[in-house]
Amino acid sequence: MTNTHGSHTGHDHSHADFQPDIKEPKEDWEFLEITLRELLVDKGILSAREIQDEIEAWEKKSPEKGAEIVARAWADEDFKARLLEDANQTIRDFGIEVDVLKMVALENTSDLHHVVVCTLCSCYPRPILGVPPLWYKSKQYRSRVVREPRAVLNEFGTSLTKDTEVRVVDSTADCRYLVIPVRPSGTENMTEQELAKLVTRDSMIGTAQALDPLGLRS
Amino acid sequence: MSDQLKVGSKVRITNAYPPGHIRTPFFLRGKEGTIIRHFGKYPNPERLAYGLNGLPKLNLYQVLFDMESTWQGDGSFAANDTLTADIYETWLEPI
Amino acid sequence: MNNRLISDIGGLPEGPLDLSEHEPTMTERRIDAMMMLLRAKPRSFWASDENRRTIESLEPDTYKKSEYYERWVLAMKDLLIEKGILTDAEIESKLIEVRSRMETS
Repeated sequence: MTNTHGSHTGHDHSHADFQPDIKEPKEDWEFLEITLRELLVDKGILSAREIQDEIEAWEKKSPEKGAEIVARAWADEDFKARLLEDANQTIRDFGIEVDVLKMVALENTSDLHHVVVCTLCSCYPRPILGVPPLWYKSKQYRSRVVREPRAVLNEFGTSLTKDTEVRVVDSTADCRYLVIPVRPSGTENMTEQELAKLVTRDSMIGTAQALDPLGLRS
Repeated sequence: MSDQLKVGSKVRITNAYPPGHIRTPFFLRGKEGTIIRHFGKYPNPERLAYGLNGLPKLNLYQVLFDMESTWQGDGSFAANDTLTADIYETWLEPI
Repeated sequence: MNNRLISDIGGLPEGPLDLSEHEPTMTERRIDAMMMLLRAKPRSFWASDENRRTIESLEPDTYKKSEYYERWVLAMKDLLIEKGILTDAEIESKLIEVRSRMETS
């Protein structure tokens, strides 16, 4: 790697878009977090260990789980049928805990494209997709996608013909939705593991399509 | 309201604007749609929000709306585009 | 009165999306973890719906200016007081202690 600007050697720039962690608390709410945590720990209501364990459990929840499920659905028609029929049981059988939420899988086809939003808060299928991206929680996405879905999809680089019905799914209650994107063509001989790499987080929210295997290879 | 609505039934979302924690989106109040799925019964979130037990449980449905009648042309969508929301029975009026 | 909740924003006019990714900070992770622990079994101090209700009930000015997890921690404070788990007075005095400790260190 060339190092013309004295940047850290061996550190590529793929994380340039990520905001750095805040080392020293500056904002009122950061002090409030420390305050509440210390009070709860001092009083024995929570333990520091539990908080740490919860953070680690959270980090294990990622879109990779959802991608494995979608890849299985692409590869196995029976599995897909069960997933569409009873997502909770099927996801549980897959080894993922989904607690009290009602999980619902929606299949995208060339005729029907689902895109998920929560206009009231930021409901998201965390057990299989991890924590939501900032844009999913943003007022811009939540306000606009129900009214101008195609304009919003365009901002994600997703363009659909008028023949495809765009169906915006507002998860206003106890259900959490997983979109099964359209399986790309040219993937007939791919293994489940290879297929899972084509399934992005955004394709399972419905703001994007699954990756094109040709684009991935190039 | 105890009778379960059938998939395919036409419904109107109650055109009301009460205070409090409401889980029926403002933009859908008074709009007409079609039941496309019955999810089962869930505790009422509009009561759970205030520390109450949310009982009796309510039927929860996925309701389909077409964009055109929802936005009366004041949006950006194709003719076939639709949207759905998950609505509790207390907000649904059969039509 | 139409009583539209501050969080109920479907269909309102807004500008373009910001699609940049964000790695949650440790503060954000801890807020999230504490919220989950407090409302999950075995504690079950409150329901997620109460969480949403307290966020929506923040002062509109505070709500608009605050970040996502800032709202969460403000709501957590309100709920801890509402449920009698902590008092306003002990939070205030601890806050002063924490600030003076962190700002002098």
